[in-house]
Amino acid sequence: MATLGFLAAVTVGVAATVLGLLGAVGRAWTLAVPWLVPLGGLELALDPLAGFFLALVGAAVIPASIYAIGYVGGERRGVLAYLGFVVAMCVVPLAANVMTFVIAWELMSLASYFLVLHDRQAGASARAAWVYAVMTHAGLACLLAGMLLLAAWTGSVRFADWSAAGPGLPAGARGLALVLLGLGFASKAGVIPLHVWLPLAHPAAPSHVSALMSGVMIKLGVYGLARASLDWLAPAPTWWGAAVLLAGTVSAVVGILYAVVERDLKRLLAFSSIENIGVILIGLGAGLVFRAVGLGALAVLAIAAALYHVVNHAAFKTLLFLGAGAVVHATGTRNMNRLGGLVKLMPWTAACFVLGAAAISALPPLNGFVSEWLLFQALLQNTRIARLELNLVFTLGLAGLALTSGLTLACFVKAAGITFLAVPRSDAAARAHEAAPSMRVAMILLCVVCALLGLGPTLVLPALAAIASPLVGGAPLPALGDWLTLRVSREFAALSPLALTTALAAALLAPVVLLRLAGAARGTRRYETWGCGRILQTARMEYTATAFSNPFKRVFDFFYRSEKRLDIDFHPESRFFVERIEYGNPTRPIFEDWLYRPVLSALSVVARRARAIQSGSANVYLAYILAALLVLLVLT
Amino acid sequence: MITDVVLALAQALVGAAGAPLLAGVLRTLKARLMGRRGPSPWQPYADLRKLLRKEAVVSTTTSWVFRVTPYVLVATMLVAIVVVPVVASRTALPFAGIILLMYLFLLGTFFLALAGLDSGSAFGGMGSSREVAVAALAEPTVILAVFALALRADTTTLGGIVERFAREPLLAANPGHLLAFAAFFIVMLAETGRLPVDNPATHLELTMIHEAMVLEYSGRYLALVEWAAAMKLFVFLTLLANLFFPWGVPDIVEPVPVLLGLLALAGKLAVLTVALAGLETIIAKLRLFRVPELLAGSFALALLSVTAVFLVP
Repeated sequence: MATLGFLAAVTVGVAATVLGLLGAVGRAWTLAVPWLVPLGGLELALDPLAGFFLALVGAAVIPASIYAIGYVGGERRGVLAYLGFVVAMCVVPLAANVMTFVIAWELMSLASYFLVLHDRQAGASARAAWVYAVMTHAGLACLLAGMLLLAAWTGSVRFADWSAAGPGLPAGARGLALVLLGLGFASKAGVIPLHVWLPLAHPAAPSHVSALMSGVMIKLGVYGLARASLDWLAPAPTWWGAAVLLAGTVSAVVGILYAVVERDLKRLLAFSSIENIGVILIGLGAGLVFRAVGLGALAVLAIAAALYHVVNHAAFKTLLFLGAGAVVHATGTRNMNRLGGLVKLMPWTAACFVLGAAAISALPPLNGFVSEWLLFQALLQNTRIARLELNLVFTLGLAGLALTSGLTLACFVKAAGITFLAVPRSDAAARAHEAAPSMRVAMILLCVVCALLGLGPTLVLPALAAIASPLVGGAPLPALGDWLTLRVSREFAALSPLALTTALAAALLAPVVLLRLAGAARGTRRYETWGCGRILQTARMEYTATAFSNPFKRVFDFFYRSEKRLDIDFHPESRFFVERIEYGNPTRPIFEDWLYRPVLSALSVVARRARAIQSGSANVYLAYILAALLVLLVLT
Repeated sequence: MITDVVLALAQALVGAAGAPLLAGVLRTLKARLMGRRGPSPWQPYADLRKLLRKEAVVSTTTSWVFRVTPYVLVATMLVAIVVVPVVASRTALPFAGIILLMYLFLLGTFFLALAGLDSGSAFGGMGSSREVAVAALAEPTVILAVFALALRADTTTLGGIVERFAREPLLAANPGHLLAFAAFFIVMLAETGRLPVDNPATHLELTMIHEAMVLEYSGRYLALVEWAAAMKLFVFLTLLANLFFPWGVPDIVEPVPVLLGLLALAGKLAVLTVALAGLETIIAKLRLFRVPELLAGSFALALLSVTAVFLVP
């Protein structure tokens, strides 16, 4: 039964991919059912940008659903919510008026809310779902405010009319609408500081759902941002582009700083999603700035790079979450300090996870490298803008992106190394089993996608540039070289993934051949790890996730503000005998402490004040209603 | 095509065969400066030969990652040698830019750090953790130093930068250029594990980074790892020599200019090696948690260098 549901989801995914790809290459399609919902009816429209995101959703749903067949093992609960989630995500990019969009958006949020709540026993799930619901509805409130304002100003609820009327609006109104819509979409995308729900909700959901939430749902926030600033309210002002770029830089650096000290495998991946959204926004913001100052070709390049990173992140983050799910399924824990040694027990999962980790660390010749390389090239060309303050913003973006990529490497060396290598740190890890066949198929599928996206950017990028070009006012397509070599701004930079891969493969053969030619000894003796002469090697001698991230905790102490907690129980007879030692070094979250706590306490103060007028008597409430009515009548 | 393959093989030969000599000369020079006789500069070759004849001992806790890593390391370094302008400003993979080069190094670091964890000993983990921390903190400096160079040369391809600066030497006579060189020099110290970041001559567990990661390697695997480390030093020094002082790098691939270019490279490398040996003789190793301050300093230099480009056009 559950399997049938997931097969249906696969079908939806295939259909969405096909329809989306048709839209992405320029096929237009509309559907209007005016009677179905009030205020404008149901209206769907397919254009290249919508098609791109629809194809993205569809393509991620296919492996996630195949994986789910083996992962849930016939449990029926949650299948309906999953299907609703998938369908809603497919409708969001297609929505062509406010009502359709809000219904699809809310259905997507609600369905994922129930999926976050899936694990009913865990108290953490309930809290995660609660925070998620609050944040997603705060975001929805911002979105609605922005959309209703736009509807009032333009006199239409159809998005197509907004694009036409947008340039005619006064600058202040456009700025206000951009900020409101930006806040709403950024909260769904998990941009810092609106990210608090993400590291709670994504790990709490079942892993195939986490994969979709991190891989594609937050990308729909990026879709909204792109749609609002490149279509509805185009051309966006320069400050908006710079703001998006800076928000992206902060998200990228802060997201990965939290990820690198995390010891919960799925939370680590969730924080890394915040980081990648930041990287995508760096590209989008750069594109917006380039467009605002009239550098169309560079704008297309930056946006195409951002879109490429959207695809790439969907591929490797889905892969990594599925891998993490297989680990959780096999061991029952997400705490990396209790994992280890899984490479021997679940070789397929380990190999897929290592490949995903290499891809997300932007290592050549995989896909992450290509999009980060493109982003660097787009950002480096900021010198063509002759405005010092914008150059400074770009320089910050460059330095932030570089620090992010270094920290990402550290983070995923830790995730892959501590989870899969060396000796199991607990009995649960020692008893792990390899993932079910359907789970393995899904992961291998995604590995192939990562490799192909790394090898064939010369085929994909022109299509992405064609999507980006009409969005920046029909700027001419930048010359991107031929099928073999990717070129950026003629002689500025070039990359040939195929030649690079060939060179790497040849160079990998070289030491094998050379060792043979040099007549190297071929014998190998298996022996235990050198332990300074100790007889026994145990898992307790290994580095843990906490130990691994200690240098980062010390270097960035001003950011983590970690506190040392040392709890020692002495023997009642003598202080020289210790019964129990407990050591903790938790970090204190900056945004929760400095932003959310003051807001929440202010809210509760207001609520307490408001209690004074809440007597609980129906007569008093009727009097309130009458008074409000009178005030309104007088005012209007 | 044929020229490219020949060029690639020639560069790989020069780099791969010459790298151990560079490491040996550096070691001898240091010993002399410290008043010791020291080993012969050819000692690294003898070490490699000895290691190749020995049986490899592989820990039972390790997996395929541990055994694959030495090969990946050598492969990334070979490709790195091929993409850096060693004998001519034209390289076999003409598209190769400095960003690609840095990510090639990160590919090596990724595997080496995983291999360090794979052995399951505290040393390996310690080395991995420190290595990725240093690599992560060095990355922003590299990108900003590249940015400063790319700004002047209007390209990020290595060959293009070298060609541009060789054609217009005055471009290099600029405070920004020197600052970028200083920043890159510090990154080189960190990435190749030299003093004051790491000490290539010690096996003291509290201080070591690179040696801790590779502690579990032996026999042919250790030979490959050591060879790769020597090649990394060679690539970084060549990069410093040819990128910042591109005089004498021929822009055509013909026997005579290439030979002259090789001589010029040998001269520049000799100067850099003496400077490095002198530096390593007079300074002590930094405490591990002071290293970030050094790297922050190099970042500030790189940032100044970029600003200098904007302010002094």
